[in-house]
Amino acid sequence: MEKDTYRRPAAGQHPANLSPAYKSTPTRSPKQPAIVLPQSLSEITGPSLATERLNALESDLTKQRMGEPLGERIVVHGRVLDEDGKPVPKAMLEIWQCNAAGRYHHPGDQHDAPLDPNFTGGGRARADEEGKYEFITIKPGAYPWKNHHNAWRPAHIHFSLFGPAFATRLITQMYFPDDPLLGYDPIYQSVPEAARKRLQARFDIETTRPEWALAYKFDIVLRGRNATPME
Amino acid sequence: MSHVLTPSQTIGPFYFGTLVNGYRADLAPAGVAGERIELVLSLFDTEGVLVPDGLFEIWQANSHGRYNHPDDRRNLPLDAGFEGFGRASTDMKGEAHFTTVRPGRVPWPAGGEQAAHVNINVFARGVLNRLATRLYFDGDPALAEDPVLKLVDAKRRPTLIAKRDAGGVWRLPIHIGGGRETVFFDV
Ligand SMILES: [Fe+2]
Repeated sequence: MEKDTYRRPAAGQHPANLSPAYKSTPTRSPKQPAIVLPQSLSEITGPSLATERLNALESDLTKQRMGEPLGERIVVHGRVLDEDGKPVPKAMLEIWQCNAAGRYHHPGDQHDAPLDPNFTGGGRARADEEGKYEFITIKPGAYPWKNHHNAWRPAHIHFSLFGPAFATRLITQMYFPDDPLLGYDPIYQSVPEAARKRLQARFDIETTRPEWALAYKFDIVLRGRNATPME
Repeated sequence: MSHVLTPSQTIGPFYFGTLVNGYRADLAPAGVAGERIELVLSLFDTEGVLVPDGLFEIWQANSHGRYNHPDDRRNLPLDAGFEGFGRASTDMKGEAHFTTVRPGRVPWPAGGEQAAHVNINVFARGVLNRLATRLYFDGDPALAEDPVLKLVDAKRRPTLIAKRDAGGVWRLPIHIGGGRETVFFDV
């Protein structure tokens, strides 16, 4: 039997598909266990999106429209690493978020909070050779979401990453440190307790830009490769 | 020092703009070699209700069976303009449409070849972890010897096999659960 190229997540690292407190999951989670697939070329390859041309405005969500969006300007930065701490160079990151008032620029979002004509909330960036990335944005607001009585999502930014392979694909959410709403959020709490903190960015005074913006650091860890057996 | 994986979270209902803009569901512009095919994937929840806020991604080899990726080191042609990646959200009918080329066969690590297939990711509100599955082509004689289908209970194999409709479109309904639950893979 050939050895898998990418390590498999240990139990407790990801949320359970069926997390009943998050009320959309009972009708949207498979009952049968996933079949473990030995990794072939289909799983160890994946899109690099190398031909996607990104412009600088895509990683600065405050400069995509005519004027400046309202809200607290922030720097969100970090590194994309694998489980061995090695950088994932040139990784494509995509983010989306609501505005400072807690409203998404999306026709499906009917929350009674103002839209900001200067903020769409979408961005892309490509990590550098050391896996470093940076976005400029505004701090998203909390928003109500009807999952249960008085349900509010903690402020969060959605992140989508490809990494090097189909096997390493990840969509996640970044939260802000010590947000009191984290204790009440079934989506955040769907992650086993020991692993949850990984989803909280760290307040980063060193990267804060004086007179301009606070900074948060969010490192993202994708699946690492198994050691290559010695010949 | 070992680093701990970042946990997965749902895509949520509001990904619309960023993730989909800029990614056509047409993977194969003119000039790309191979048989042009149209794929329609549809998404249903565990109660058979269509999912209008889902997102499908597909990843496939080109018609020569070559993946556009540095870890596919075989000496087979790459097609300019064909990466093999597509993304489309489901519409009000729960459907996502792609046009692409029929992929060639790719090898299996333990020897032999896999039947032609398209790799699929499913995301949606209420889906906390990416659901990975595959699309195979009905009538392909290689299905009988495919090493992945052999891992699947024969009763459930049809959930992975697209059928061609009267208009020539390949259709595969994907059921997150329920009586016709699609086979998902831990990749
Ligand atoms: Fe959200």
